Amino acid sequence: MISINGLTKTYAGGFKALNEVSLDIDRGEIFALLGPNGAGKTTLINIVCGIVNATSGSVSVDGFDIQRDFRQTRSRIGLVPQEMASESFETVWNTCRFSRGLFGKAASPEYLEKVLRSLSLWDKKDTISMQLSGGMKRRVLIAKALAHEPEVLFLDEPTAGVDVELRQDMWNVVSALRDQGVTVILTTHYIEEAEQLADRVGVINHGEIILVEQKDKLMHDLGKKQLVLNLQAPLAEVPLQLKDYQLELSEDRNDLTYTYDTARERTGITALLSDLGEAGIHFNDLHTSQSSLEEIFVDLVKKR
Amino acid sequence: MNFRAVKAIYRYEMARMFRTVVQSIVAPVLSTSLYFVIFGSAIGSRITEIDGVGYGSFIVPGLIMLAIMTESISNSSFAIYFPKFTGTIYELLSAPISYVEVLFGYVGAAASKSMIIGGIILFTASFFVDIEIAHPFVMVSFLILTCVSFCLFGFILGIWATGWEKLTIVPVLVIMPLTFLGGTFYSISMLPPVWQTISLFNPVVYLISGFRGSFYENADVSIVLSLVTTIGFLIVCLLVVRWIFKTGYRLRS
Repeated sequence: MISINGLTKTYAGGFKALNEVSLDIDRGEIFALLGPNGAGKTTLINIVCGIVNATSGSVSVDGFDIQRDFRQTRSRIGLVPQEMASESFETVWNTCRFSRGLFGKAASPEYLEKVLRSLSLWDKKDTISMQLSGGMKRRVLIAKALAHEPEVLFLDEPTAGVDVELRQDMWNVVSALRDQGVTVILTTHYIEEAEQLADRVGVINHGEIILVEQKDKLMHDLGKKQLVLNLQAPLAEVPLQLKDYQLELSEDRNDLTYTYDTARERTGITALLSDLGEAGIHFNDLHTSQSSLEEIFVDLVKKR
Repeated sequence: MNFRAVKAIYRYEMARMFRTVVQSIVAPVLSTSLYFVIFGSAIGSRITEIDGVGYGSFIVPGLIMLAIMTESISNSSFAIYFPKFTGTIYELLSAPISYVEVLFGYVGAAASKSMIIGGIILFTASFFVDIEIAHPFVMVSFLILTCVSFCLFGFILGIWATGWEKLTIVPVLVIMPLTFLGGTFYSISMLPPVWQTISLFNPVVYLISGFRGSFYENADVSIVLSLVTTIGFLIVCLLVVRWIFKTGYRLRS
């Protein structure tokens, strides 16, 4: 749906925000773009949407070039910006109707009503924006972006600073959009958001795409699974005959942690438990844990 | 052509005018009416006719020009500066519209407001003084051309401005003095020869003179020259706006 090739952006001051970024987004997927502050996420989105001019490279949306065929590309895209920009003195209804018209769509009160209801904004339709809470203003931004029935929706940090209930509501809206076939590109600081929603994940740092992968495969390939054994008696040190397992002994010497790869045919757990018995080490309890997308992300960014 | 976008912008901007009707319409009409009362009735009654026209009637075209130039710049500069200030400009920049459509929407609405104000002032003036319009078609042409040109100029100003102070600096320090010295309240033929020559470098002289000529056929400079100057100013503004949208100056980084 979106094809980005060799995109570079150098700002007037000389700061290189994007460096030869190439990326393909498939139709109908939810793509999470992760990266620390200043990584280039917003610049990338703004170029695709037409707000920032690229220094070099090309972007096409549904086969149309964003420069040459800007009408075709922009009419397909909806954008929820990071900044809370609102038309302070306009009612929710008027501002959404304006957005729909601006994108060349014929008036459709029925559709706007549906959008406002889905975002729990219908009761606020005659309220002016400046009288809304921060969370409600964020919903209005989403409603405006959806007002022209976009095929692609960019959500730039959509849940930054909103409460848990609203975040859950937004997740539901995004899931519903996916069901309707809308392509969603999401940037977020809340990695649990990407973990919950995304089909694919891209990681950007210092203006370069570090990795693009299916979320499940990423978590499978780069995620670690750990077995933690709570010992019956504290252990002075890990016996030599167990050194191949690279066990970690906790500071209070009561827990042993074994890290293993779930992708391997043999995890080594059966052998470990057997060897522990032979070494006379007994345990009261055990549990397993898997690394989150956040841990994978932090690990990736640190390595770069 | 994205007519729906043009309509959306136009309707949105006109709604803003009706929402702030006191500021948009009542205030300029009131201040211009005060000019009629002071210069037209109070002081004007003691001033002899100028070029065969009573002083109160003589200043009507100049006052209309003063009001529409000020309002055109103010309306259009605010219309584009406010979205920049609030950040909602992102929507305009990401919409499938060309700069021509943006201009039709914003400048069209701002020019409409100015023409409404010009019409109301003309109507109000008719209660105070006798008004004749010798060339109605020329008068309307000047009115439209001036509104559109100064709305374009205001639009450029709104894009150029990076703060509220800059937004007001040009209208207050440049346009207002040029208008007052451009023959709003007098005929430049009343000035000493040196000042008459200097006045000819003031573009506003041509606008006021041409507009007044369409009323009373007593222009300081020829109406054709006034028209050419006004159209020239319009073309320069159009070229600047085209350059702004082509380069993204202060709009797209």
